[in-house]
Amino acid sequence: MGSATSRKFLLLGPLLLFLGLAYVVPFLGVVRWSFTLPETGFGQYIAVFTDPLVQSVFVRTLRICLIVTAASLITAYAIAYVWVRGSSVQRALAEFCILVPFWISVLTRAFGWLAMLSNRGLINTWLQSAGIISEPLALARNEFGVIVGMTHFLIPFAVFPIASAMRSIDERVLLAARGMGSSRSRTFWTVFLPLTYGGLIGAALIVFVFALGFFVTPAILGGGRSVMVAELVYLRIFQSPDWGLGAAISVVLVLFIAILLALLRRFIKPAHMVG
Amino acid sequence: MQSSRPGPVLLILATAVALFLLMPLVAVIPVSFTPARFLSMPSGNLSLRHYQALLDNPAWLQSILLSLRIGIVSSILATALATMFGLGIWMFQPRFSALLIGFVLLPLIVPPVVSAMTLYFLMTTLSSFNNWIGYDTWLGVALAHAVMITPFAVVLILVSLFQVDRRIDLAARGLGANLATRAFKVIIPNIKFGIATAALLSFVLSWEEIGVTLFITSVNAITLPRLMWMGLRDNIDPSIAAISVLLILVTAAILALRIIIDRRKATDPQ
Repeated sequence: MGSATSRKFLLLGPLLLFLGLAYVVPFLGVVRWSFTLPETGFGQYIAVFTDPLVQSVFVRTLRICLIVTAASLITAYAIAYVWVRGSSVQRALAEFCILVPFWISVLTRAFGWLAMLSNRGLINTWLQSAGIISEPLALARNEFGVIVGMTHFLIPFAVFPIASAMRSIDERVLLAARGMGSSRSRTFWTVFLPLTYGGLIGAALIVFVFALGFFVTPAILGGGRSVMVAELVYLRIFQSPDWGLGAAISVVLVLFIAILLALLRRFIKPAHMVG
Repeated sequence: MQSSRPGPVLLILATAVALFLLMPLVAVIPVSFTPARFLSMPSGNLSLRHYQALLDNPAWLQSILLSLRIGIVSSILATALATMFGLGIWMFQPRFSALLIGFVLLPLIVPPVVSAMTLYFLMTTLSSFNNWIGYDTWLGVALAHAVMITPFAVVLILVSLFQVDRRIDLAARGLGANLATRAFKVIIPNIKFGIATAALLSFVLSWEEIGVTLFITSVNAITLPRLMWMGLRDNIDPSIAAISVLLILVTAAILALRIIIDRRKATDPQ
């Protein structure tokens, strides 16, 4: 059936060809840059692993990503629980609060946090007019602002896999635990929570991987003082041109994520990601 | 089930999270009416000067029109490619389906900054061959956006395809329908809402895209997010607050449209 193969390719081919030419081939070009700019060799990779500035950016990025992942998981768990198991009014309110920010652009949301946190923003204006503080608190343009803005961006992405895991819990298991005399909180900690570990791991993975490559929110809320690895790539391309280093950092990032995904492969359930 | 309803502690916690999620969006509104030329909460007097500034500066309208054009072209391209791919996976069930799907989801999994770098390489390379598609051109941005948004379209279309009953396709085949008839007369009508949702999400994602756009544009192809970015980096321009309020309203309208589409889908007999 030669014609069946050709018809199969007619449907599958265009997208595979498109991404092959517009994504995979150019990525190989970036890999080439990392070995050839400014000179041929492994120099840029040695720089990635030894340069103190690059090292400090990597350490800061990992620290911020871990804090943001933990904060997103805890907050997402609370609102996901209400979204899945609340009364119908509670469910609708939770869905609204999750979906509206999800659909609003990352720039608008970062600006919203500037309006909240900056020196003349909502929080400092209120605290000052209430006489609680005399000088504005430094809430934005630092690492705190970056963590708040990134957590805000990533909560919906954590909610979807967690909510999906919560929905697939068999109600009878919880009733059985209660029927055998387990208290509400004990049922939660020993039955409900362990049944959602799969969703939590999926959520942690999504949030962590997204956070690692984050660019816009740290650039705006960090104000250049709390540079993360993605912003470093941008700076190496456009401000102090060192394309080779930017390319090498990109390749290292991709390898890091590939290893992470390979290690955690058995926890990834594609169905949970879609929510 | 009364036993598993959220308790008071959890409700308080969830309310705090809900406020956290909505607060920054609400905070934009008073800032947009400040009479001052810098980001601040208005004290007493309200002013529409930042909305007026949006009208007075033609750059805003130009960038909105450009973003619309790029969003339409890239979402049509992405939706068409994703629909064909989804049909291919569903109808032929090729041996390496999981691998093929994983491959087309790459731009979604790879960190955005790496995709940006990759597309920067693509655009600068294309620019050395032609003046139409390449670095800092609107067609170049549309092409790059299509790369970034296709994975989302693929996911949505596959989800709706997997809800289609295979027996209707088997029946069509049994009655002698060829590939085109099966695709256009049988399968596509059954996933038309999935395709519409994919096109809508693709458009919104292109409309909002900034990470890649920042790498592949400089002075000519200034999309709306690119223009907002310029006003956000150093001295914050309160016009950004005014445009943000408008964007939040537009997003709310699109969400409402989506809910209407979902409602019609729910009442439409499949």
